[in-house]
Amino acid sequence: MNETTEVQPDAGPSRRMMEHAVACALFLLSCLVLWDSFGRGAGWASDGPQSGYFPMRVGLILMGASIAMLYSARKANDEIFMSWAQFRLVAKILVPLLLYALMIQFWGIYLSSAIFMAGFMTMLGSFPIWLTALMSILTPLLAFWVFEIQFQVPLPKGPLETLLGY
Amino acid sequence: MEDLGNLMMGFQAALSWKNIAFMFIGVLLGIIVGVLPGLGGPNGVAILLPLTFGMDPLSAIILLSSIYWGALFGSAITSILFNIPGEAWSVATTFDGYPMAVQGRAGEALTAAFTASFIGAFAGIIVITLVAPLVAKFALRFGPAEYFAVFLLTFCSFIGIGRENRAKIIASLSIGFLLAEVGLDQISGDLRLTFDSTELMRGFNFLVVVIGLFGVSEILVSIEEGLEFKGRSAKLDLKVVFKTWAQLPEYWLSLLRSCLVGVWMGVTPGGAIAASFMGYGLARRFSRRRDNFGKGELEGVLAPETAAHGAGTSALLPMLALGIPGSATAAVLLGGLMIWGLQPGPTLFVEKKEFVWGLIASMYLGNIAGLIIVLATVPVFAAIMRVPFAIIAPLILIVCAIGAYTVGNAKFDIWLMIIFGIIGYIFKKLQFPLAPMVLALVLGDRTETAFRQAMLGSDGSLSVFWANGLVGSIVGLAMLLLFWPLITKVFVATRKPKPSLAA
Repeated sequence: MNETTEVQPDAGPSRRMMEHAVACALFLLSCLVLWDSFGRGAGWASDGPQSGYFPMRVGLILMGASIAMLYSARKANDEIFMSWAQFRLVAKILVPLLLYALMIQFWGIYLSSAIFMAGFMTMLGSFPIWLTALMSILTPLLAFWVFEIQFQVPLPKGPLETLLGY
Repeated sequence: MEDLGNLMMGFQAALSWKNIAFMFIGVLLGIIVGVLPGLGGPNGVAILLPLTFGMDPLSAIILLSSIYWGALFGSAITSILFNIPGEAWSVATTFDGYPMAVQGRAGEALTAAFTASFIGAFAGIIVITLVAPLVAKFALRFGPAEYFAVFLLTFCSFIGIGRENRAKIIASLSIGFLLAEVGLDQISGDLRLTFDSTELMRGFNFLVVVIGLFGVSEILVSIEEGLEFKGRSAKLDLKVVFKTWAQLPEYWLSLLRSCLVGVWMGVTPGGAIAASFMGYGLARRFSRRRDNFGKGELEGVLAPETAAHGAGTSALLPMLALGIPGSATAAVLLGGLMIWGLQPGPTLFVEKKEFVWGLIASMYLGNIAGLIIVLATVPVFAAIMRVPFAIIAPLILIVCAIGAYTVGNAKFDIWLMIIFGIIGYIFKKLQFPLAPMVLALVLGDRTETAFRQAMLGSDGSLSVFWANGLVGSIVGLAMLLLFWPLITKVFVATRKPKPSLAA
């Protein structure tokens, strides 16, 4: 289902490059794991296997797998991993999502959700303002009702909620 | 017959108004989860799990397993009406389901798909009822070495049966293990792989990882494939339903075959996807109307759906009897058991009889409820797909963020979710299997504990893994599965003179 048949031939990072990059990243990860495991002791102490015993072995397996991937990545075809147009589309979701997570740090989840909803609907769709406003207000309210009132699960709150007495 | 008595007890436990209400809510939520892009079975269950922390375990598992049934039903809707498989195992359903919808026979295809799902699931439940207690009784004798052998078998069968590049499956498994190891080591008390970060000390919660890998990444994948969902309309009235049902007896052989394939493949981990393709392939080979396959043949919908759901359901068998999940969703459910304070594994059948049999009874009820609900509400759910993506996507992302936060009341987990979303997106595009990673993450701790205990018992000698017949044969089976592709290759090569009969 993921056959990435691009609509128009477009430039972008190639699949082979991505395969290499991921294999290298996993190789580095396995090095990190080995370094950490040996640092704590990956051998056999008087009371049995040390805490690094198991991670070290998994790290070695991952290292082997990443080398095998690196080897087979040479044969990967030249097709485009993702075109720049696709990249822009994905960024259109990722950037707001990152901003959303940042907003949650300071303003709590409710206000951030309202802003996220409104921003998303204006950026990616063309809706009448009343619909955007309605969705942006209803979504946090519904979340508040479900989580704080029905299930009594507290979600992160910010200055606005403090102002309202929560 | 003792089991029959237990099952009756289970029905009594499951049949309270509260539990039936949860069942209906669960199935409805599950269908939504199955229909919407970015919310599959594992992710939907993961998001709702934190809300069940305070519930009693039986009600909680009924709610969550009903979501699973609903998601199984729901993914057929998008496959048939929109040609978008909601889950990987409904890919085979699109082959004939969508052409049927194009020909205006959507109602027929949907009825067939739902009924087939129901039949497959029912076969799976019957097998669970009959076999799970026996397996559990047998497994009570297992020590750490046997347990590690069974875990090994699970992982090896992923590697051996998987359709992806083997190095990638192995890498995916290893990453899952490593993620599970981050944080406090339960045995030695050491902090592992935290690199002095206080946030990493808590370790990676599998729910956060699942929400990122399956939820956020799916949204990213669906936006790049364009935002237009062009669906066929579905009219489903009782006449069509009964007309389709009247045709079913004709296909009994195909249904039976798919049930067997499904149940068999489901017990081996990662089998549901393979089962649906096998069900379809077998039906096409043996059908009298094989030329019509791919052009809108009813049997081509029935066969894969039955097999996929037989597999999806019987994936719960090893989870219940051995504490080993057969699918990503089952892995999330298993994590739930641990959160509710239950120790997964064969002892459940002894110590928590009411819970186990209540769950099994609820499977019967949940699937009947699911079939009725899904038949009654298809048009509503098909309409959900017509809500513009720019409204659905932020809603799903908000739900994911809330879900990730509530797991551990940590804002940092929302960042983790996004990171795993990106990783999941890249991995999906490079055809890394994600289910092994989740499975290893959930089972990692227990695998390691079993391994270390076994090694302690043998004073560091690996020979403990073939010390007796039981553990030896499990390890042997694991090795057989691990090298299965190699073995078949050799086998085919030695029989070269006789081509064209290979499966």
